[in-house]
Amino acid sequence: MQGVVAIGGGGSESGSMSTVSREENMVVSSEDSSYPDESGLELGLGLSLGGFKVNQVSKGGGQYARILTAKDLPSVVSSAGGSASSSLSPSSSSSSSSSSLSRANITAGTKRTADSVAAAIGSSQVVGWPPIRAYRMNSMVNQAKAVATEGFNATEENHKSETSMVEKNTIGSYQSSGNAKIRKSLFVKVNMDGIPIGRKVDLNAHESYEKLAKTLEDMFLKTNTSVNPVVSRAREHGLMNQITRPSKLLDGSSDFVLTYEDKEGDWMLVGDVPWEMFLTSVKRLRIMRTSEATGLGTQIRILC
Amino acid sequence: MESSELKGGKDSQISDELSELRMESSELKKAKDSPISDESNRRSSFPDEVLERVISLLNSHRDRSSVSLVCKDWYNMERWSRTHIFIGNCYSVSPEIVARRFPKIRSLTLKGKPRFSDFNLVPQNWGADVHAWLVVFAAKYPFLEELRLKRMTISDASLEFLALSFPNFKALSLLSCDGFSTNGLAAIATHCKNLTELDIHENDIDDKGGGWLSCFPESFTSLEVLNFANMTSDINFDALERLISRCKSVRVLKVNRSISLEQLQRLLANAPQLTELGTGSFTQELAQRQYEELESAFNNCKNIHTLSGLWEVKGLYLPALYPVSTHLTFLNLSYAVLQSDELAKLLVHCPQLRRLWVLDTVEDKGLEAVGSNCPLLEELRVFPADPFDEEIVHGVTEAGFVAVSYGCPRLHYVLYFCRQMTNAAVATVVQNCPDFTHFRLCIMTPGQPDYLTNEPMDEAFGAVVKTCTKLQRLSVSGYLTDLTFEYIGTYAKNLETLSVAFAGSSDWGMQCVLGGCPKLRKLEIRDCPFGNAALLSGLEKYESMRSLWMSACNVTMNGCRLLAREMPRLNVEVMKEEGSDDDGRADKVYVYRSIAGQRRDAPSSVLTL
Repeated sequence: MQGVVAIGGGGSESGSMSTVSREENMVVSSEDSSYPDESGLELGLGLSLGGFKVNQVSKGGGQYARILTAKDLPSVVSSAGGSASSSLSPSSSSSSSSSSLSRANITAGTKRTADSVAAAIGSSQVVGWPPIRAYRMNSMVNQAKAVATEGFNATEENHKSETSMVEKNTIGSYQSSGNAKIRKSLFVKVNMDGIPIGRKVDLNAHESYEKLAKTLEDMFLKTNTSVNPVVSRAREHGLMNQITRPSKLLDGSSDFVLTYEDKEGDWMLVGDVPWEMFLTSVKRLRIMRTSEATGLGTQIRILC
Repeated sequence: MESSELKGGKDSQISDELSELRMESSELKKAKDSPISDESNRRSSFPDEVLERVISLLNSHRDRSSVSLVCKDWYNMERWSRTHIFIGNCYSVSPEIVARRFPKIRSLTLKGKPRFSDFNLVPQNWGADVHAWLVVFAAKYPFLEELRLKRMTISDASLEFLALSFPNFKALSLLSCDGFSTNGLAAIATHCKNLTELDIHENDIDDKGGGWLSCFPESFTSLEVLNFANMTSDINFDALERLISRCKSVRVLKVNRSISLEQLQRLLANAPQLTELGTGSFTQELAQRQYEELESAFNNCKNIHTLSGLWEVKGLYLPALYPVSTHLTFLNLSYAVLQSDELAKLLVHCPQLRRLWVLDTVEDKGLEAVGSNCPLLEELRVFPADPFDEEIVHGVTEAGFVAVSYGCPRLHYVLYFCRQMTNAAVATVVQNCPDFTHFRLCIMTPGQPDYLTNEPMDEAFGAVVKTCTKLQRLSVSGYLTDLTFEYIGTYAKNLETLSVAFAGSSDWGMQCVLGGCPKLRKLEIRDCPFGNAALLSGLEKYESMRSLWMSACNVTMNGCRLLAREMPRLNVEVMKEEGSDDDGRADKVYVYRSIAGQRRDAPSSVLTL
C-alpha cells in the first residue's frame, strides 16, 4: 500500500493521492477485526486530549501502558544468561502481588549481564528520567547541539582573541560559521491513544515527516527489544500475537494514525502540508486510533 | 521555597528566649497539673506582653508550631501573631481551616503537586488549583501581600482575580506552576499598584508575547524584584528600560534571552544598585567601545552577589564580568554552555563563591578548577547538558566530584548528574566533606553499578549516611540492593526527604527506611520492587510525614484500600490507568496526611480510596 502521508513536503499531488489512500486504509482497518479491540488490550484515551472518547475493553486486564520498571528487566537479564541469583537477601521473596515475572533479582552477575541491563534501559526510554524539569531540558537541547560541533572552535577562538578582544572580523566570522548557528528546539507533546502519559518530541530535530514518524514509532511502538513498556506488557499477557510487526504510522498499515492539532485548534492528519508549514502550525501531536480518525480526512479536503 | 528562616544572630537570640520559655512552660505545665493552681497564679509568673512580643518575633514556622503546642494561651497568642503561613501540601488543610485559625495572614506559601510532576509523572489535570484559596482569602485576608506558589495550577482568571481583590498585594512568586499565560501577568502588572516582586520562574506558561511588561503604568515605581528569565517572547525593551529607571529600589533583575548585551548595559547603567542579576543572551557582536561600556557598567555594580542567565554565552565576553565576580556568592551557569577552560578562567576571579550551578560541559577539568579556586563553596549543582545522548563521552565523572571535595571542605549541598560513579569516589567525597545536608546523586542510566568494580553502589550511600550525620535530603541512584536501605534506616537519623528510583531488592528495603528514619517527611519512590508489605509497614508512620509517592512498584489496589481503611486521616490516592483491573496493580500511589478530608476536585483518573 502506498504511503498515505506526504513525506518531506510536497504539494497537491501527494495530497490527493494521500486522501484516497487514507480512505482505503480506514476501510481496511475497520474490516480488520483481529485488532486489539478484541484482544483485551486496554484502549482508554490519554488524559490530555479532549473530546474523543474510546470504548474501553479490557480483558485479561493489566496495564497496557506503563512506565518501564525494574520488573521488565528479567526478560533481559535471563535472556543474557543471567547468572545464578546469589540471592541478595533472605527475604528476597517478592510481595504477594508479584506478577508472573520473576522478581528482578538483579544480581551482581557477570559484567555482561549488568551491562546489558543498564544498556537495555537507556535513559532515553524511560519517562521522567533523568529527573530534570521539562523547562530545563527544552532550554538545554538547543544549546548543547551547538557546542558539540563548535567546542573546538570556541577554544581556538578564545586563545586567538585574548589580546585583541573585540576584533570585529574575528567575532563576525566566528558567529556566522555554520557551526555557531544555534537551532531552537520545538518540543511538542505527543500522546498515544491508550497511554495516559505522553511524551515530548523536538520537531526541529527532525527534517521530515519520515524521521518524525520513525522517532515516534521508536517511542511508542518499537517491538524489537523488551524496553518498550507498551510492548513488553503486551508480551507479558501473551498478546504479542496480535501485534505482528512494527507498525508504521505513516503508511497506513498501522491501526494508528498520526494527527496533530493546529493553531486553530483543529485536528488534522499529519503529512498533508509541506514540512516547514507543518512546523509553523502544529501545536501538539496525537497518535490516534484509525477508527477515530474518520472525520479528519474531511477537514483536510475542505481546507485544501 | 521554604518560609524564610532567620539565620545568624537574631535567630539564636530568639532560640535562647525560646528555650527559656520552654523551661518556663514546663514549669507552668507542672503547675497546671497540680490541683491547686489557678489561672491568675500561672499568668502572673510571666507577663503576657513579654510573651506576645517574643512569639511575634518568631519567623520559623517550625518554631511557631512548637510554640502553639505548649498550652492554650500560647496557641492563641501564636495564632494571632502569625503573618506568614507555609503549607507544604495544599491538600493537607483547607483555606477555611487556615482562615479560622490565623486571622492575620499577610503572606502565603503553597506547594501543590507531588514533586514527580516536574518529570511528567502526574496527569495534567491532577489538581492543586489555587483558585479556591484565593476566593476564601479575598474574603478573610483582604490585606494579603504575598503569594508564593510551587507546583500549583493558576489560571489567568485567578491571576486577574488576585490582582483585583488584594489592594495591598506586593509579591507574587510562581515556581514550576502551570495553567496561566502572559495575559495573567498583564493583569498583575496593570492592577497591582503596590507590587514589589514579580518572580516567574521555570513555569509551564503559555507565552503569548511580551506585551505584559508594558502594562506596568508609568506611575508605577515600587518594583524591587523582577524575574522573567525563563520566558521566551521578546518584550518591549523601551518599556523595560523605563520601568527600571523609574523603580529606584530594584535590587533583583533577571531578564530573558531576548535582551542583548547592549541592552543589558543600558539596564545596568540605570540600576547600579542591583544585588542579583540574570543576564540575557551573552552573545552579540560588540564593538570595542560597546564592550568597554559593558565592562564599565558591571564595574559600577558594586553590590551584585548573585549572577545567572548567560544564555548562549561566548567565553570571549566573560571577562566583562570580572569586576563583578570578585564579590559573587552565587553563580548560576546552568544555562550557559561553557568549556572547562572558560570556566576555569572565570573562577579565578570568584574566590567568594558559596553556590555554583554549572552544566556538565565543563567536565572534570572544570570541576578541578572549582576545587582550586572556590574554597568557600557550600553548594554545587552539575546539570547534564544532553541527558539523553548515550553516545556522549563528555560530561562529568567521579573524578570531578572528588576534585571538588578536596578543594571545598565546606560543601554541604550537592546535586550531581553523571554517567559513571564508584563507591570509592563517594566515600572519599564524604570523607572530605562530612557536613552534607543535601546529597543528590543521579547516575543517569538506571540500575548502573560501580563501573570499576561492577558492584552495587550500596557502599557509596552507606558511606554517605554513616559519615554525614546532618543529612536531611538524599537522592539515590545506580544499582542498589536492600543493603543501601538498611544503611539508610540505621544511620540516617536526620533524614527528611528521600528519593529512590530503580533500586532495592525487596520489601525489606522500604521497611528499613520506614522503620529507621524518625524524621522522615517525604518519601518518593519509582520503579522499585516494593509491594504491599512494604507499604503497609509504614501504616503508623505516614501521619507523621507530609507525603509518600510510589509509582511503578508492586503495590496493588487492595493494599491501598487496606491502608486507606486503617488510616482514615490519610488520603490515599491512586492515579488510575484506563481500564486497569480494580484488583490489579496500583501504578501510582500518593498518600498524604490531611485534616481537610478527601479532596473534592480530583479528576476521574485519580481515585481516592
